[in-house]
Amino acid sequence: MMDGQKNPVYRRRLLAHRIGITLSVLAMAFGIFFLLWILATLIIKGFGAISPAMFMESTPAPGSDGGGLINAIVGSLLMVGIATGVSTPIGILAGIYLAEYGEESRIAQLTRFVTDIMLSAPSIVIGLFIYSIYVAHIKHFSGWAGSFAIALIAIPVVVRTTDNMLNLVPGSLREAAFALGAPRWKVATMIRLRAVKAGVVTGVLLAVARIAGETAPLLFTALNNQFFSTNMNAPMANLPVVIYQFAMSPYDNWRSLAWGGALLITFSVLGLNILSRILSRQKTQS
Amino acid sequence: MNASSSSLQEAALTPALDSDAADRALASTMRRQRFQDFIFHKVTLGFALLVLLMLAGIIGSLIIGAMPAFREFGASFLTTVEWDPVNDRYGALIAIAGTLITSFIALLVAFPVSFGIALFLTEICPTWLKRPLGTAVELLAGVPSIIYGMWGLFVFAPFFADHVQPALKGTLGQVPVIGQLFSGPAMGIGMLTAGFILAIMIIPFIASVMRDVFDVVPAVLKESAYALGCTRWEVVRKVVLPYTRIGVVGGVMLGLGRALGETMAITFVIGNAHKLSWSLFSAGNSIASTLANEFAEADTPLHVSSLFALGLILFVITFIVLAAAKLMLLRMQKKEGSK
Repeated sequence: MMDGQKNPVYRRRLLAHRIGITLSVLAMAFGIFFLLWILATLIIKGFGAISPAMFMESTPAPGSDGGGLINAIVGSLLMVGIATGVSTPIGILAGIYLAEYGEESRIAQLTRFVTDIMLSAPSIVIGLFIYSIYVAHIKHFSGWAGSFAIALIAIPVVVRTTDNMLNLVPGSLREAAFALGAPRWKVATMIRLRAVKAGVVTGVLLAVARIAGETAPLLFTALNNQFFSTNMNAPMANLPVVIYQFAMSPYDNWRSLAWGGALLITFSVLGLNILSRILSRQKTQS
Repeated sequence: MNASSSSLQEAALTPALDSDAADRALASTMRRQRFQDFIFHKVTLGFALLVLLMLAGIIGSLIIGAMPAFREFGASFLTTVEWDPVNDRYGALIAIAGTLITSFIALLVAFPVSFGIALFLTEICPTWLKRPLGTAVELLAGVPSIIYGMWGLFVFAPFFADHVQPALKGTLGQVPVIGQLFSGPAMGIGMLTAGFILAIMIIPFIASVMRDVFDVVPAVLKESAYALGCTRWEVVRKVVLPYTRIGVVGGVMLGLGRALGETMAITFVIGNAHKLSWSLFSAGNSIASTLANEFAEADTPLHVSSLFALGLILFVITFIVLAAAKLMLLRMQKKEGSK
């Protein structure tokens, strides 16, 4: 043992090992440090802005005092809700096809490939797409356009998780159902899908978390609206775009509202993320 | 008598009738179910095809939107520096360069850090810490990009200008040739800041892909290396890394794809100036930030079309990068299957 520690080769190897491990720990600390820094900033700057008025009043006009974010909050909820409602069935059915019928066929492989690329595709380009096929024709920005844009971003998330989850179902469960004479669509929906319900719900929650903070595709689809409106055919206020415009503004109360909105949206999104993790963990334990 | 005999007859006949009826019922049930299956198959297929259609629609609409700009400027659109809405002349070079430069800086920072994080999570971390730290990294990925932008502009950029940029100027800035990259006023915002914030955003993506591919390495291989007396670092360098090389590169490409298309974080901190300078401290512009800033206000058809052309260029670049990443990760998966 003493020999080993004096051996220069061994000492050099040990040194390399220690440096490598230290750098790795530092990298982890680096990541955690920035997460905490961002969250601390949000809490410090945003907490003061959160008041009952934020949930009661609409966004203030330039130069006027006070104001809140209720129009943006309601707008965001409406658009995210509609986008979720549109993308969930589409995503689940497409996911069922991939897992149940597609398996390793060429069309399924291609669809999976495209879905994976769409997962990371630049979201601003989705905004351009909806602009050119919808907004440019009706000639005004609208809540519907915003909903469709973020729905397109949510679909690949739901497709991919549904497909992955369905493939976790043991083949024996399916075979047992088939042996009882169940038709394929019943096996797919009532046996296989039901077995991974929690996993699919996780996918939908992750999709909601993803689209709730999306700003870029809303910039030229829903745009913004200074007033409270639930008219989906008109430009619609939404939290991300309001945060963007207010943060860049010269007015103090606007900036403060932007921080309040940022706090609200971040903690909702992170809360959804954590909720979905808890759900999927329960699933894997049972 | 009559009644009883008829009832007997009935009793004798019913089984036959029953099985007949049952056969018919079964046949009709089967027919119905086959029909339902057929419909279900085609409906789900339709939705799967919808995803492909989405991609085709995006590419198609971008090409149609970009046509007027390409017809006007031709291929020189890609190499022209000038972007002048006042005189209605447009070239994409500054935006393309800004996108590539910021993404490259992001990779330079993010690659070693993500590698360290993935290594820590798979090889070093005690088991009880794995889950909370893994969750923390994933939360970093969940923070909306606009939050990174705000934080970058109001908190990080001032810090960067006061502490990091003067230090860079004093050290790397004194070196000939590359010193140019770190010259000019320390404003906080600019290409370097944008690249750095992008790096923080893509670290969780790269790290989680790397963690997954590191987990693929068969335990037997690692254990054999340990049994030969390798240190943990040597196992990582000489067993894990060679085994997962394709997957690691795939993860980095995936991060690059994310970085290229990132919009809001960049828009806040890049400075949005249509100019090209040797200094990374100076303000610039990327494709995505140009779109975010100008699209809603573009009023001439040529301006709109030029922005569509920028969008098309961005989509093509990210598509190629992401497709390459995906192919590499698929090869890694095959390895997992054959283990």
